[in-house]
Amino acid sequence: MKLEAKRIGKLMPNKTWLFRSIELAIHSGEVVGLQGESGCGKSSLCRIIAGMDAAAEGEVLLNGQKPSKRGYQPVQLVFQHPEHAVNPRWRAGAILTEGWQPDDLLLDTLHIDRGWLKRWPSELSGGQLQRICIARALSPQTKFLLADEMTTMLDAITQAQIWKTVLGIAEQRQMGMLVVSHDRPLLNRICNRVIDFHKLTV
Amino acid sequence: MHLLDIQQLSISFETYDYRLRKRTMPVIQKLSLSVHAGEILAIVGASGSGKSLLAHAILGLLPDNAVLSGRLSFEGQALTPERQQQLRGKQLALIPQSVQYLDPLMRVGKQVEQAVRIGDARLERQKAFERFRLPQEAAAKYPFQLSGGMARRVLVSIAAVSGAKLLIADEPTPGLDDQVAQETLRTFQQMAKIGSTILFITHDLIAAAQIADRIAVLHSGELMEIAPASSFTGNGDALMHPYTRALWQALPQNQFMDAKGWQQ
Repeated sequence: MKLEAKRIGKLMPNKTWLFRSIELAIHSGEVVGLQGESGCGKSSLCRIIAGMDAAAEGEVLLNGQKPSKRGYQPVQLVFQHPEHAVNPRWRAGAILTEGWQPDDLLLDTLHIDRGWLKRWPSELSGGQLQRICIARALSPQTKFLLADEMTTMLDAITQAQIWKTVLGIAEQRQMGMLVVSHDRPLLNRICNRVIDFHKLTV
Repeated sequence: MHLLDIQQLSISFETYDYRLRKRTMPVIQKLSLSVHAGEILAIVGASGSGKSLLAHAILGLLPDNAVLSGRLSFEGQALTPERQQQLRGKQLALIPQSVQYLDPLMRVGKQVEQAVRIGDARLERQKAFERFRLPQEAAAKYPFQLSGGMARRVLVSIAAVSGAKLLIADEPTPGLDDQVAQETLRTFQQMAKIGSTILFITHDLIAAAQIADRIAVLHSGELMEIAPASSFTGNGDALMHPYTRALWQALPQNQFMDAKGWQQ
């Protein structure tokens, strides 16, 4: 499978372009790193590719077709701050099973304690909540995973554990990944190729 | 003499469950730590390890339901709530995590000048801007007109002109790109050089090893180890505690995923 962004542009509320004519393609099983300075539009691009925001120009194609807006979205996005990605009035168990029913094996490899599932998001630490968000996005129907600073807020040990699990799953299922991070050593370590945001403009 | 001395500090939160039964949740346990005058001491730990609470305890900014025990002293004298209030902004200064702590309705030059305690406010502000490489024209701007990196330097300038002996920087680098983050770290080094003592709270071990003299590692509210920054090198063989070693080895620059895990 192939995920493509074709001549994507993002218009700011003040009618200036944040970026224009962005071209990007990710293939199944590929781990692509994306870096660029703060505020250049990496997160906005992720939101557009994941279908959460509309692009002002250009289109996103999955296998040459426009992805359906209905049903499970094969392109999933994990954010930097899990607190902003969950419903604070849902218990962690409901958040986890929103898209699918994760199996015990996945919960164990992500070290998700079953006791957390009865708690509210405010009663979990950032690292605990982020693992739940990652498990939520890892349905077998997910073909591409976009990780926007997914482990930036976590300590090095938790970060390494999470990447070990996620990269293992990506390889096993031939899932494609876009990894956005400021951490160059991390990108060098886990990605097949690393691209600079500014080199995406055609 | 130690500038700041923390003895057997414990912090817990009192909460009430749904039957209004009181529960006490310990967050920092029996922590002892001394900060020498003129050093940069980094406090490193995962989110939820209690490192920001430690900063708030020193400044006396804990929420009402926090229970504190142990002894804090600053320049040899006990740090009571009254003394904390007296010293805050004068001898103790906080460089907050977010640039949203700036007043959005006041020109940034004014905000820096307000913090000056000794000498001519305008002159001190100009010197600070020069030292932290802010254009003098930036003084007339409002926070929203500045880039993230410039706003960060304004926050550092405010702390610098206050002439505080102890500066507490709470997670000043995450979310900054490399260039701005490096600039912020250099700023701290400069400030230590001109006599400030800095408590650098971060989860970025690399940044800590780069500028700190000593690194204190916090895990689940307990102090694991205080090691000289020079021990954070190679395989981390000079580190005493297995958690500290695991933390160092798990960095992408080191063994990363092959590192031996830390199981509690």
